[in-house]
Amino acid sequence: MNITEYYGQTITYREALRLALDEAMEQDERIIILGEEVGRYGGAYAVSQGLYEKYGAGRVLDTPISEAAIIGTAIGAAMTGLRPVAELMYVDFAGIAMDQIANQAAKIRYMFGGQIGVPMVLRTQGGPGRSAGAQHSQSLEAWFMHTAGLFVAMPATVSDAYQLLKEALQFDDPVIFIEHKGLYTSKGIFEPGTALPFGKAAIAREGSELTIITYSGALRHCLAAAEELDKLAIDVEVIDLRTLNPLDVDTFVESVSKTGHALIVTEDSLTAGVSAEISARAQEGAFDFLEEPIMRLSGEDIPIPVAPELELAATPKKADIIKAVRKILRR
Amino acid sequence: MTNKQRLYLLEQMLRIRSFEERVGELFLKGESAGTMLHLSIGEEAAAVGVGAMMQDGDSFTTHHRGHGVFLARGADPKRMMAEIAGKEIGYCRGKGGSMHIADMSLGHLGANAIVGGGISHIVGAALSYKTLKKDNVSVAFFGDGAMQQGILYESFNLAALWNLPAMFVCINNQYGMGTRVDQSSSTLDFAARAKSFGLQADTADGQDIEDVVNKAKKLLKQARAGRASFLTINCYRFYGHARKDKSPYRSEQEETAGRQQDPISFWEENLVKAKIISNKKLETLKKEIDLEMDAALSFAENAKKPELATMFEDVYSPKQAKPLSNKARLDL
Ligand SMILES: Cc1ncc(C[n+]2csc(CCOP(=O)(O)OP(=O)(O)O)c2C)c(N)n1
Ligand SMILES: [Mg+2]
Repeated sequence: MNITEYYGQTITYREALRLALDEAMEQDERIIILGEEVGRYGGAYAVSQGLYEKYGAGRVLDTPISEAAIIGTAIGAAMTGLRPVAELMYVDFAGIAMDQIANQAAKIRYMFGGQIGVPMVLRTQGGPGRSAGAQHSQSLEAWFMHTAGLFVAMPATVSDAYQLLKEALQFDDPVIFIEHKGLYTSKGIFEPGTALPFGKAAIAREGSELTIITYSGALRHCLAAAEELDKLAIDVEVIDLRTLNPLDVDTFVESVSKTGHALIVTEDSLTAGVSAEISARAQEGAFDFLEEPIMRLSGEDIPIPVAPELELAATPKKADIIKAVRKILRR
Repeated sequence: MTNKQRLYLLEQMLRIRSFEERVGELFLKGESAGTMLHLSIGEEAAAVGVGAMMQDGDSFTTHHRGHGVFLARGADPKRMMAEIAGKEIGYCRGKGGSMHIADMSLGHLGANAIVGGGISHIVGAALSYKTLKKDNVSVAFFGDGAMQQGILYESFNLAALWNLPAMFVCINNQYGMGTRVDQSSSTLDFAARAKSFGLQADTADGQDIEDVVNKAKKLLKQARAGRASFLTINCYRFYGHARKDKSPYRSEQEETAGRQQDPISFWEENLVKAKIISNKKLETLKKEIDLEMDAALSFAENAKKPELATMFEDVYSPKQAKPLSNKARLDL
């Protein structure tokens, strides 16, 4: 395949992910994919569609429903010469495999004194938006971000989906790569050349009065809010973190220092969530410049309900963000 | 088996016993890096019987009671003891200790402190060998306790389903901490469980290393040909679960009887009776081994402690930034 053929085209988030996998598999024979329904079925969210046909059963492995062993197998394979991409169909299933993720993959390099790393990518998806219920809609990134030894990527755009996955596939440590189920059909212009490297936050929208810090599925709501606020002559900057480990503290501290106001918007639940960490770091770094307290808008502290109107209300949306910004700025 | 091989097995078992007696000493002197020390005294035939039949390039993971297996696969007792003492020169820079020791050059993919935690890793290693067309086998060693962990059965299924060069070895020492195996397992026929998954499976007598060797050899050969296998080895845990445990949950009579099943004295008697070794030569051999292990102990005791700065190393690959310390973040 020739990836440059896609440059400048409008493609979906899902297609961008597939392009990254396909191109990486062509370039590196050590990459294999394993997981439930990744092969013949084409992936529960169709990300790996066509790869089984192209690369065969030896490189795209359909597994039984054994999340712990899928990830454990990927770990062992990663330690012995392969570069596995393990797919966890829903991030909500991580509980079943958490020992392998947090006690094994994350700690092997350290416990073994740096002898070996675990170069694997754990692809999964999370977030609400499909009335999938409390066990299929969570945003559990804080679990991984809380565990030393795991890199965590959460792309929000088409170009980042490709760019971050391509980079993750070259890491010598485990990368938890969390896609957003509400973004698979979202479209964008494919211009990976302009994407920042892994670990750098992007300024998704420049502004001067207030900084919104966000990532993944919440980004689109923040950008939509920023558009509306613009009509009210309120000028906000929107930062897309892109990765949660590394967490690009410098970029958001610099922005908050400039604007003096910060709102953090995440879909994971509020308490002990990602927004708490970002808020603390922003406060540590930008205290002298803050004109108002940092505010957080996160998922409500409830399981995600099925009823569409309840589900919609469970995570921050455009209207909530606009209200919060106006409250902070008193306008 | 040649007489030379028989002597080799004896020597390896004696080395493990001598090493572990000194691990005990390290602990009593307060010089081990942890309190989590699990001795495999009484289980040596399992470690050596399987370990001796594995080949160069084969890999393995062990449970928390894995000193014996690692020594049987060629570990340097000095660096092992140093690791247990938490020293920089140890196998894992003192960060792993007894329960997380590993050495990639010897194929040791890691001991594991999570019961059942390392079992699925050998499925992955076996998948690598199959994919990369290497003639190696990966072996998981674990205790009877792990026979009740779900991931074991996920691993059995995958290894059999994918025809992997994988072997599972259960060292059944009759106890998981204070719980006797018949109090935790619905069946004592572990091999039957493995067979029901389509694995080649057998049960060996852990007092008789010849039995272990014969069965391990056959099952390793099967595994190497892509027929994943399982061996359960019956033995008795001579001492407490960990160094401080005095086993109040079992009777003295039971312990005395259990310790009669010593694979080392059994094998010594056999070899002496068959005139493969004289009593005198045996004494000399034991002395030599004890000297080697004494040297390992003093090597570990005298080795340098790690520098504090190493704490932030090895979390991520050296290409990545190290974690930010409190000191650096807050400029303390
Ligand atoms: C997942 C998990 N559960 C419980 C423990 C605590 N624990 C450590 S060893 C042990 C008993 C294990 O028994 P077995 O597997 O037979 O190994 P043995 O100690 O007899 O060699 C237990 C319960 C643990 N380390 N990991
Ligand atoms: Mg046991």
